[in-house]
Amino acid sequence: MGKTESSIAAKLDRRDFMKFVGGGLVIFFTVESPAEAAQGARPKGFGFGGPGGGAPPDVNAYLRIGEDGKITVFTGKIEQGQGNMTALAQMAADELDVPLESVHMIMGDTDLCPWDMGTFGSMSIRIFGPALRSAAAEARAVLLEMAAEQLKVDKGRLKIEKGVIYSGSDRQSRVTYAQLTKGQKITRKLEQKPAPKPVSQFTLIGQSPVRVDAIEKVTGKARFTGDLRFPGLMYAKVLRPPAHGATLKSADTSEADKYPGATVINQDGLIAVLHEDPEAAEKALDTIKAEFDVPESTLDENNIFEHLVKVAAKPQELERKGDLAAGEKASATLFEAEYLNGYGAHASIETHTAVAKMEGGKLTVWISTQTPFPAQQEIARTLGMQPDKVRVITPYVGGGFGGKSTGLQALEAARLAKITGKPVQVSYNRAEEFFYDSFRPAAIVRIKSGVDANGKMCLWDYHVYYAGSRAAEQFYDVPHNLMRTYGSWMGGGATKAHPFATGAWRAPGANINVFARESQIDIMAARLKVDPLEFRLKNCSDARMRRVLEAAAERFGYKPAVGPSGRGIGIACGIDAESYVAEIAEISVDKGNDIKVRRIVAAQDMGVAVNPTGAIMQMEGCIMMGLGYTLSEDIRFKGGKILTANFDDYSVPKFSNLPEIDAFLVRNDDLPPKGGGEPAIVPVGGAIANALFDAIGVRVFQMPLTPERIARAAKNA
Amino acid sequence: MTETITFKLNGKSTTITVDGDRKLLWVLRTDLGLTGTKYGCGRYLCGACTVVIDREAVRSCMLPVREVRGKEVTTIEGLAKGDQLHPLQKAFAEHGAVQCGFCTPGMIMNAYALLLRNPKATREQIIAGMEDNLCRCSAHQRIVKAIESVAAR
Repeated sequence: MGKTESSIAAKLDRRDFMKFVGGGLVIFFTVESPAEAAQGARPKGFGFGGPGGGAPPDVNAYLRIGEDGKITVFTGKIEQGQGNMTALAQMAADELDVPLESVHMIMGDTDLCPWDMGTFGSMSIRIFGPALRSAAAEARAVLLEMAAEQLKVDKGRLKIEKGVIYSGSDRQSRVTYAQLTKGQKITRKLEQKPAPKPVSQFTLIGQSPVRVDAIEKVTGKARFTGDLRFPGLMYAKVLRPPAHGATLKSADTSEADKYPGATVINQDGLIAVLHEDPEAAEKALDTIKAEFDVPESTLDENNIFEHLVKVAAKPQELERKGDLAAGEKASATLFEAEYLNGYGAHASIETHTAVAKMEGGKLTVWISTQTPFPAQQEIARTLGMQPDKVRVITPYVGGGFGGKSTGLQALEAARLAKITGKPVQVSYNRAEEFFYDSFRPAAIVRIKSGVDANGKMCLWDYHVYYAGSRAAEQFYDVPHNLMRTYGSWMGGGATKAHPFATGAWRAPGANINVFARESQIDIMAARLKVDPLEFRLKNCSDARMRRVLEAAAERFGYKPAVGPSGRGIGIACGIDAESYVAEIAEISVDKGNDIKVRRIVAAQDMGVAVNPTGAIMQMEGCIMMGLGYTLSEDIRFKGGKILTANFDDYSVPKFSNLPEIDAFLVRNDDLPPKGGGEPAIVPVGGAIANALFDAIGVRVFQMPLTPERIARAAKNA
Repeated sequence: MTETITFKLNGKSTTITVDGDRKLLWVLRTDLGLTGTKYGCGRYLCGACTVVIDREAVRSCMLPVREVRGKEVTTIEGLAKGDQLHPLQKAFAEHGAVQCGFCTPGMIMNAYALLLRNPKATREQIIAGMEDNLCRCSAHQRIVKAIESVAAR
C-alpha cells in the first residue's frame, strides 16, 4: 500500500516534500468551480515558494494524516471572524471520523499552503469545502484499504470511530490512524472525487461546537499581526499626503533626523520614521515639514452621483429576456425611479497592519490580509525579488469585509525591512485606515418597471452604475427584462471615475441592487394597493424564494396590509452566494425622523448548514452591520481629501441600535452548503426602506436613510 | 520625562522606568508584552483598548502611563485564574459572542467592570454600559446575551 502513487504524485519530488510536511499520508486536491476559476489563474512560480516546493502545481490545498494520526489541513483561505477555521475543520473531521480537536488548520501561509486567490465571496465553505470533503473521503478510503490489509479482513467489514478502525464488532482487532501512517510517506492526488458521506451519516456537520478560535480570542492570547514581537522590532510611521492624487513637493526631515532613537528613511517617495516605540515614531513623523501639490476638485458626497453618471463606461448588457418595447406596451402602469448610495468604509476594528522581517535573503511578511498570495506576488514584484524569497503569513485577521483585499502597508513594511535589515511593523492609525480604505463605491440604480392589468410584472429595465450585477439577477417572473451595468464595484472602468480607491465591501454591489429592486417592488405593490408580500408571491415562482418569504412571514406573525399601513413593517428578499434570504423589519420613526429598528426576522436557505450556530452568527452580524449602511454610514470628502477620519464622523451600529434579531435557517439538506458570510446583509436596506414607507408613507431613494433625507422626502411628498 | 512607576499589573507588583507621558496602551503592548489590549481608534471612541484600573473600565489609548502609579491594573491576560476562565470569558466563547476577536478583550474588560459595579445588571443597563465599545463583526446580540448570562447568576 505504501508504494501506491498516482501518476501526478510520482512527478513531484516526493522525498523533499514529505520531509517538509513530516511524513504520513498526504492528499492533494484541486478546487474546480467556475467561481474559483473566475478568480484568476495562479501565476507561475507563486505559492509553495518555500520548502513546500515540489507539490503538484495545480493543487489548491492538501491535507495530511501525520504519523501521530493528527490531521492537518493546509489552505490559503484565512480566518477573519467568519468562522471558516471551525467549519472547515468540522467538514474534514466528519469525513474522517475523528474528533474535531484532531484537525488542525494551517491557513494563509504562502510557504506551506498552495496558491489561493483569497478569502472573499462567501466561498470557503461553498466552493472550497466540497473539495476538502472529497480529499478527506479519499484519505479515509486509503486508510481503510491499509487497515484491511493489516487486519486481514474485508474492507466492507471495517468500522471507524474517532480515528480508530475496528474489524466489525471485534473491539480487539483494531488499528489507529497513527499506527497506519507511522513511517509512511504516501502522497495521493485526488483525481476522481469519491462520494463523501450522505447527510444522514453526518456526525459533526450540522453540529455547532464552540469555535476552535474562541478560547484564544477571549483570553487575549490570539495573535493578530500587530501582536507579533521580534527582537529589534521597529515601528514605522509613514508620511501621508493630505489627499489622494496629491504629489510631494518638498519634505524637510531635519528635526526627525535628530529625534532620539529615530531612523528616518527617505527613498523613492517613501518617507518614514522608524522607532522602537510606536508613539515616538509618530511624534518624530509629526516634525517633518512637508509640502504637497493638491489637485483642485469640487467633487463631494453630494455632487458625486451626477459626475459618476457623466463619466460612466459604456453599458454591458446582461440578462436579456423578451423585448423592452413589448414589455412597455403590455404595461398598464409604469414606474421609474433612481436609487443612490454613497461611499462606505469597512471600518474593521483592526486597522491594516503588516510586519516584515528579512533573514538570509528571505523576506517574511505577516499581514492582516484576505489575499495572502496576491500580496506575496505584489511584494515580490515591487521589491524586485523572486517570489520564492517572499513568504506571507496570515495571523488572525481582525475583520476584513472586503477591505483587507488590498494593503499598501504590507508593501511599505516589506520595503522598510529590506532597506533597514530590521524587522519593521507598519500599522495604520484610524485616520490612515479611513484614508486608504478601498471604499464601497458610490452607486446609482435606475429602474423602469411595469405591471399589466392583472398586477403581474411585465417590464424590468434595469441600469446599474458602479455596483455591478451581484444580487441583481431577476428572480421575479418578468417576461421582458434587461440589465445593463455601467462599470462595476471593481473599478469605474477606464475613466478613473472615483476620486480615491474603491473595492469590495461585504456582498459587493449587492446591497444597493437589492435596496433598489425591493424598493421598486414595494412601490408597485403600494400603487396597486396590494400587500407587499402578496405582490412578491404573485410575481415569483422560484420555489426557494417563496419558501424563505413564507417562512419569514410565519415566524414574524405577518398580517397582510396595503402600505403605508402605519405599522412600520417592511419586507425585502434576495439571493447572494447561492443562498436565499428574506427579511422582515419592524421600525418606528420618532419626531426627529430618526429610525429605530425594533425587530428583524430573517429566514435563510443556504443548503446544508455545516455549523448552524456559526451560520446564524453570520446572519446576525450581517443584519446588525447592515443597519450601518442603511441608516448612518457615509464617507464625506472633498475631491481626494477624505474628511471622515474616525468613528466620531463615521457612525457604525452600536449596542443601542440593536434590534431584536431573529435569524433562522430554512433547512434544505438537498443542496450542498451555500454561502453564509454575506447573503443576510443584502436585504437589510430594502427591508428598512420599505418599513419606513409603511410607517409614515415617505420613500427615501438614497441610503443612508438619514433624518435629514427623511425630512426632505416628507416635505416633498 | 523618564520616571519610575510602580503599580500592580494583573495581581503582580510591577515597576517600570519610562517616559510617563507615554500611553498605557503602548507601554502594555510593547514594554510589557501584553498584546491582548488592542489599538482601534486612539481617541476613546471604540473601546478596543479597555483595561480595568481600580475596578473601573478605562480606555488605555490616551492615558499617560504615570496615571497608573500605585493603582491596580487588570488586562485581559489577568482575568483567568490559570486555566480557569473568568465566567465572562466562558460566556463569550459559549454564546458565540466572538467573531474576529479583535474587539473581544476590550468588550470583556468593559463588561467585567460593569458587573463589578452592578453584578445584577439588567439588559438595558448592559446595553447602556457597553454602548461605546464597537464590534464591526456586529456580534452585539450575542455579546449582550453572554453578559446577561453572567449577570443573572
